[in-house]
Amino acid sequence: METEKNQEPFLNRAERLKLSKDELREMYKTLCTIRQFELMADKLYALGKVHGTMHLSAGQEAVAVGIRHATRLDDYLINHHRGHGHFISKNADINLMMAEFLGKEAGYCKGRGGSMHIADFSSNNLGANGIVGGGIPHSLGVGLALQMQKRDQICIAIFGDGASNEGVFHETLNMAGLWKLPILFVCENNKYGMSMAVERVSAKLPIAQRAEAYDIPWHYIDGNDLLTVIETVGSAADYIRSGNGPVFVEAQTYRYFGHSKSDRNLYRSKDEIETWRLTKDPILRFKNNLLENEVFKAEELVVCEEEAVKIIESAVEFAEASADPDAATVTEYVYA
Amino acid sequence: MPEITYAEAIRSALWEEMKRDERVFIIGEDIGRYGGAFGVTTGMLDEFGDKRIIETPISEPSIIGAAVGAALLGMRPVAEIMFMDFVLLSLDQIGNQAAKMHYMFGGKATVPLVVRMPSGSGTGAAAQHSQSLETLLMHLPGLKVVTPSTPYEAKGLLRTAIHDLNPVCFIEHKLLYKTKGEVPEGDYQIPFGVADIKRAGKDLTIVANGIMVHKALAVANRLADEGIDVEIIDPRTLVPLDTEAIINSVSKTGKLLIVHEACETAGWAGEIMAVVSSSRAFDYLDAPMRRLTGKNVPIPYNRVLERAAVPQEEDIEREIRAIVKGVY
Repeated sequence: METEKNQEPFLNRAERLKLSKDELREMYKTLCTIRQFELMADKLYALGKVHGTMHLSAGQEAVAVGIRHATRLDDYLINHHRGHGHFISKNADINLMMAEFLGKEAGYCKGRGGSMHIADFSSNNLGANGIVGGGIPHSLGVGLALQMQKRDQICIAIFGDGASNEGVFHETLNMAGLWKLPILFVCENNKYGMSMAVERVSAKLPIAQRAEAYDIPWHYIDGNDLLTVIETVGSAADYIRSGNGPVFVEAQTYRYFGHSKSDRNLYRSKDEIETWRLTKDPILRFKNNLLENEVFKAEELVVCEEEAVKIIESAVEFAEASADPDAATVTEYVYA
Repeated sequence: MPEITYAEAIRSALWEEMKRDERVFIIGEDIGRYGGAFGVTTGMLDEFGDKRIIETPISEPSIIGAAVGAALLGMRPVAEIMFMDFVLLSLDQIGNQAAKMHYMFGGKATVPLVVRMPSGSGTGAAAQHSQSLETLLMHLPGLKVVTPSTPYEAKGLLRTAIHDLNPVCFIEHKLLYKTKGEVPEGDYQIPFGVADIKRAGKDLTIVANGIMVHKALAVANRLADEGIDVEIIDPRTLVPLDTEAIINSVSKTGKLLIVHEACETAGWAGEIMAVVSSSRAFDYLDAPMRRLTGKNVPIPYNRVLERAAVPQEEDIEREIRAIVKGVY
């Protein structure tokens, strides 16, 4: 695994990656905002305010923030069902996200989609997908369209470890490698497909080495180290944007919450979860780096944390004050 | 008007749309030098090049998936699935992705794509290359389902399909590819949801699609000599369905026979019966509504069995006589 490259000091890496102090602060705030969104989602569910299910990404925040920072805001995003973090990173309006989560007319999808189907086409966010791997082949069409339209954006196709065993994963990698399409494949490996450990369903690991069969360069990285994500994804994005074809990045990470609301965590130990929380947490690691290297004082980071809490609280206020869709509109939007 | 084949009519629609709109492209298997399994795209690679006639590996789910992605970016993909049977391979992309996106994303996504697919038996291709699966697709809200029966309709409906902002399943009966018919030169479209009265009559209404339109017409023309006057309605598009045309016709004739090649159980004949029996036409019925459909079997290879699996002209004639006489 490519991790914290050659143990280079944090400040040197940050400087080499041209990360300004403002950017570091902003990324810290986004990491906290994602975590707060997920904690709030869990709380709202416990309070009985959530009608449907949800797939929380707490523990995986550095992947979302790192990808977003290392790519362009107008690059296309194809997201998976555990996608809140990627939307927040892509500057989604959190009020509209929360409203969608609570099924309100004011939500991104007017309450028709819910947590699993948040999309914002105005910001090239092509939506999350409730079918594991279902969005992966869409990247082919996005890549082809970008080539035909002679544009310089790339398509970022994000999926989980579970999706890598779907047929469309292999079909898509084959065509993307064959046609040198501008696609960044990101496999966000959080170790479990629902309850199934990745080792129990993969003939050979890491997953990323499968890309080799399709002539696609690949990296297997520590997805909980923000700067590693930024560095790998940044160079991959440059490579893709220069017309060299796709790159595959597998980011090793971990989810703290269960798969969805029905999960009682019977397939993993409390110790395992606690070890990840205490020793590998992406936010804690970034925070410690910032503090140990005196980039920020503790109280400056507390300001970010408090801002994140406020953003989420006001999003809940907005969402709860929003109306349900009118039942009479149930058959709208079936056809364009 | 010049006479051209059904396959030529489809090619002509594709050709003209690709000339008109650079967003239109074709994606599928063996559609280049080979010209597609039924020759529909013959010559198009030379004219439009391999960036717009995109030949893929044998990966049906991702062919449709690619069309979905391109459509989301404003392109107008026309995907070819070599045999309609293979739609079962891509059903996730058609049913869970293309069909759902406009609704699921609150009206903010549009997925303007066409999936062309040859259907039907009669070529000895057996169980996995001969099905008529239109009912399966009709059951998925968000899709439009088109079954042209003549070259004129194939061209006019395909042009409409390419202009439509929704995913359209365009079902071509493979025995029709070589049939000829008059097709006007120049630009024309046939609107979706408008049935065509293929033959006006007063004694009995037949609703039929695709190749069954031709079989029903042949029988109706023979029976006219005996004074049995059959009206034949071709819905042309099953989704959207021109229910008014059917209700009007049945209100006039008082008798209804539905003929389709697709299997009987939960086939769309049942849908037509439901439409009629819950409409004002119910009061005009003077005989039980009947359906003549493909049998509930996989399409067999043997010629005798294959013929027995789907409605033939003699079956249609027998049904008409039974309904008219009131003997079933």
